[in-house]
Amino acid sequence: MGKPVFLLTDILIFVLVGLTLLFAWYAHRHEHLRAPWRRVVQSRTALGALVVLGFYVVVGLLDSVHYQPRIDTRANGDAIYSGEVRSLFDWIAGPLRANQEKTYSAPFAVHLYAKENIEQPDGSVVRDYPRLDHAGAHLANPDDRWADVAQHAERGLAWGLLVWAVGVLLLAAVRARLRRTALAESVGTLLRGRTHYPWHVALWTLLVMCLLIGLIATVGSHYHILGTDKVGEDVLYQALKSVRTGLMIGTLTTMVMLPAAILLGLMAGYFKGWVDDVIQYIYTTLNAIPGVLLIAAAILMLHIYLSNNADEFTSVTERADLRLLFLCLILGITSWTGLCRLLRGETFKLRELEYVQAAHSMGVRHFNTLLRHILPNVLHIVLITVVIDFSGLVLAEAVLSYINIGVDPSMDSWGNMINGARLELAREPVVWWSLAAAFVFMFTLVLAANLFADVVRDAFDPRLRNSR
Amino acid sequence: MTNAARDTQPGESLLQVRGLRVELGTGDGAVRAVDGVDLSIQRSETFALLGESGCGKSMTALALMRLLPPVGRISDGEVLLDGLGLLDLPEASMRQERGGRVGMIFQEPMTSLNPVMRIGDQIAESVRLHDPQARDHIDDRVVELLTQVGIPDPVRRAREYPHQLSGGMKQRVMIAIALAGRPKLLIADEPTTALDVTIQAQVLTLLKDLQRDSGMAILLITHDLGVVAETADRVAVMYAGQIVENAPVKQFFSRPAHPYSRMLFRSLPDASRRDKPLTVIPGMVPPLSQRFTGCRFVARCQAATTECELREPPWLAVEQQGWRCHYRPDEVVLKDAADTVPPPVSDAPDTLMTVQDLQVYFPIRQGLLRRTVGHVKAVDGVSLALQTGRTLALVGESGCGKTTVGKGLLQLLKPTGGRVDYAGTELTTLDGGALRKLRRDFQIIFQDPAASMNPRMLVRDIVAEGLVAQGLMKEQAARHRKVTELLAQVGLPAEAADRYPHEFSGGQRQRICIARALALQPKLIVCDEPTSALDVSVQAQVLNLLKELQHRLGLSYLFITHNISVVAYLADEVAVMYLGRIVERGPVHRVLDAPAHPYTQALLSAVPQPEPDRHHQVIRLGGELPSPANPPTGCHFHPRCPQAMPQCHQTYPPVFSGEQGHQVACWLEQA
Repeated sequence: MGKPVFLLTDILIFVLVGLTLLFAWYAHRHEHLRAPWRRVVQSRTALGALVVLGFYVVVGLLDSVHYQPRIDTRANGDAIYSGEVRSLFDWIAGPLRANQEKTYSAPFAVHLYAKENIEQPDGSVVRDYPRLDHAGAHLANPDDRWADVAQHAERGLAWGLLVWAVGVLLLAAVRARLRRTALAESVGTLLRGRTHYPWHVALWTLLVMCLLIGLIATVGSHYHILGTDKVGEDVLYQALKSVRTGLMIGTLTTMVMLPAAILLGLMAGYFKGWVDDVIQYIYTTLNAIPGVLLIAAAILMLHIYLSNNADEFTSVTERADLRLLFLCLILGITSWTGLCRLLRGETFKLRELEYVQAAHSMGVRHFNTLLRHILPNVLHIVLITVVIDFSGLVLAEAVLSYINIGVDPSMDSWGNMINGARLELAREPVVWWSLAAAFVFMFTLVLAANLFADVVRDAFDPRLRNSR
Repeated sequence: MTNAARDTQPGESLLQVRGLRVELGTGDGAVRAVDGVDLSIQRSETFALLGESGCGKSMTALALMRLLPPVGRISDGEVLLDGLGLLDLPEASMRQERGGRVGMIFQEPMTSLNPVMRIGDQIAESVRLHDPQARDHIDDRVVELLTQVGIPDPVRRAREYPHQLSGGMKQRVMIAIALAGRPKLLIADEPTTALDVTIQAQVLTLLKDLQRDSGMAILLITHDLGVVAETADRVAVMYAGQIVENAPVKQFFSRPAHPYSRMLFRSLPDASRRDKPLTVIPGMVPPLSQRFTGCRFVARCQAATTECELREPPWLAVEQQGWRCHYRPDEVVLKDAADTVPPPVSDAPDTLMTVQDLQVYFPIRQGLLRRTVGHVKAVDGVSLALQTGRTLALVGESGCGKTTVGKGLLQLLKPTGGRVDYAGTELTTLDGGALRKLRRDFQIIFQDPAASMNPRMLVRDIVAEGLVAQGLMKEQAARHRKVTELLAQVGLPAEAADRYPHEFSGGQRQRICIARALALQPKLIVCDEPTSALDVSVQAQVLNLLKELQHRLGLSYLFITHNISVVAYLADEVAVMYLGRIVERGPVHRVLDAPAHPYTQALLSAVPQPEPDRHHQVIRLGGELPSPANPPTGCHFHPRCPQAMPQCHQTYPPVFSGEQGHQVACWLEQA
């Protein structure tokens, strides 16, 4: 169907997924790691947030499998591939991407948002709102559109409900099998929440998501649910494409910063003396430089590099991807200091603990002491920081793109959407949907991440554990 | 009502507690921390509540003050203070009683004071709330209270902050705050546990004096039989949420009635039990979340019968003494621990390690450039010799540098000066690899077994850590076998290997620590207060184990402790430290029976003895331990020494040798 393309960020994100799975497997075998996670999933908030986050992750991962579609076959049988790079998500969301209009149109509209000169069949020119090329094009009479929307919506909701019901039944069947109970009884306990884990919260959240997807699938292929932007692109599609950018910034940045923060923080706290002095000087210096300045400088440098070596990149997507990666790097470099400082302080405390001294007295090497005794005991801090930082970074991307030092303008991101919508807010009548879409999507992600982070912190922080 | 209150006339008593029950948590998992406690306290009486940790004595005190933690609630019972039911009072009136008629002092003076308030203000706050007559002359009242608790220069001290005061001083301030409301009853929850023996003696005397002057009653909560014997008039023993014995102190110490009390006495270490193992109360306090059908002590009692298992024991009473048991004391015969006479140790043991003139200084840095402006001389010229298969006890108060000596000779802290000679090798100059190899020969056991094991590691990995680090057993199966063997050696089942440290009780954890130390087959183990975080009955288990291992494996111990009775039981030689130096050293019977140095004499006399009849003279030391950053000139001890001579102010005394290797650094010996 096409030639797979591996972008740098794609590779990194799948490496990260692999690492997460590896950690999950490791945590599963260690009770001290499994117990707090059990507490996390026992929380209703966390489980609900986790389902929402799960959908974001699925969209982001689907959008991270790239290929160049085949457009033709040469005479000798070789395939000719398009220069445009697409993702699996693009393929799934086909109509959303393909139904491009001329310029702005409001949500569910069948006409453009601006008047144009329309040439009538009789040759005269009328200045009016023209019909859209795709949305509602099947309607003979534009006044029927709400009835038509309702009809599509009904179908979408029914599909969503059906998929969800099948899912619930499958889960109930598995549980009934395991517990040797009747299927009906199993469904009842699941949905009423009489289970050890709050399955019902997950299931009800899942129902909402299923219904929304059903709506998008049916209504979205005939109308622009969230309208179109300046060049007529579907805003819902943009917002969904932005999910990948947000997730990349939130996760890859932490991956960049973690090794530095952990290594330097532990070393500073454990070895003290001149090692500590050097590391402290590095991060206090770095902290003294305004982050935005550093990021702007780095992005401008990259810009120059890109324009000087334009022919090294086969596609626009690849260039944009390099810029995204670079942004993650530079954000990582400016944000590791906080965690490093926390870890240094904690290590100071831990190295005086008796089990570290006992290890020392048995002749355990420094590296092993750090790895076996210090690191596992600061991991909860790392985890809490990572989860909390995630939402901060997603928001940071929006701010940076807004002042034009964020991701590439050609890349879909919530920051770019807001930046694009900025100028249109002054227009009369106002174009509000780009901003609203970016806001809703970002808000949902950050809220879910924050709720999840709160529960994670409560479960992992030993000081909070006893106060409940 | 089968209770202790029946034994006394109710009319006289200040505090009456009847059927008090406290539950922590709700539902099936609820812990019945206090389960039907009856007691009555007379005016100007000291009533001691004795018990192991986790038996509900602190919960009882908190319930009396209605200060239970949020999960706790009083489910039943009544508390009458002078006939007034405290449990029925509205919270506003209860606030008047707290700090008013009922004062309370806590175990930890460090955390009971607000660090950002002057102590005068903290006392004044209490005066303002609870002493209406003193409202117009609060400052005078504060100074009066500080004088009352024996704080010198009270006007200046009132303007100081808590960190400027020593531990003993802070506890005095806490007492002053409690006294501000002129209480009728003072609840003291382990008031001296965090303090050194000489300071403990000061605080206990102070409490006694205050009681004599003001006639208040004291409810003293403690786990220390010695403290009970020295201060209390009446004692109640708590076990698993119930009072199991209630008696006047004299009777309790001369003929304890409950098997638990009797076994407790037998598990106390002292010199007379040197040659045999201590009586051990096996197991631990049962979890209080279960429903009891029989006696709560049945699983640990030597004399338990089927009767004990099936029926709850009744409250028996003879005269002033009552106890909760099916049997009378003469019906219960307790066996002494089997006499396993230890193999005789050779008279002329080899010297394992010699320490000469060891110094460990910590630099004091100040100013912008962190320049060294002075040194804390934590250890300042200590010489020791450790014999193969023997125990040397290092005794002293906290802050005297005894732990630093232990870490200094193991090279866990780099010594500033001096020599440590082990089997012909000089340890202080050894570097990296060579030292790491030698480390297997000496190990350390710490005070707090909970903190000395990584909570994220399985017991198996903890015990095997040394083997891995030294590269001794590369094969996993062999390592597993060795771990099982080691655990068996310290009396733990093989299943323990696959659990985490927090799943064990304090005594078991200390056993795991011992197993870890044994893994490398060391020659010397430094035991840094290994039993001071443990209850008396558990302490006996650990001491027995240490002694048995010594006989079997020929281990040498450097036993760092402040507990004189443990020294008497375990040690062969004793060295007494004061402010970084050894002031007296010699065989255990010489030093403990005929101490020569005035400090040793004072230290020994300050130890509370669990024998109320033997009224020994306590030599009271004034003041506190000086700072090792700035030790006094001449003999370090002279500012506190009752026998100081002019000579002592000028020069530090040399070491005078007496008989049997008894060495004393004191000018008195010159004569």
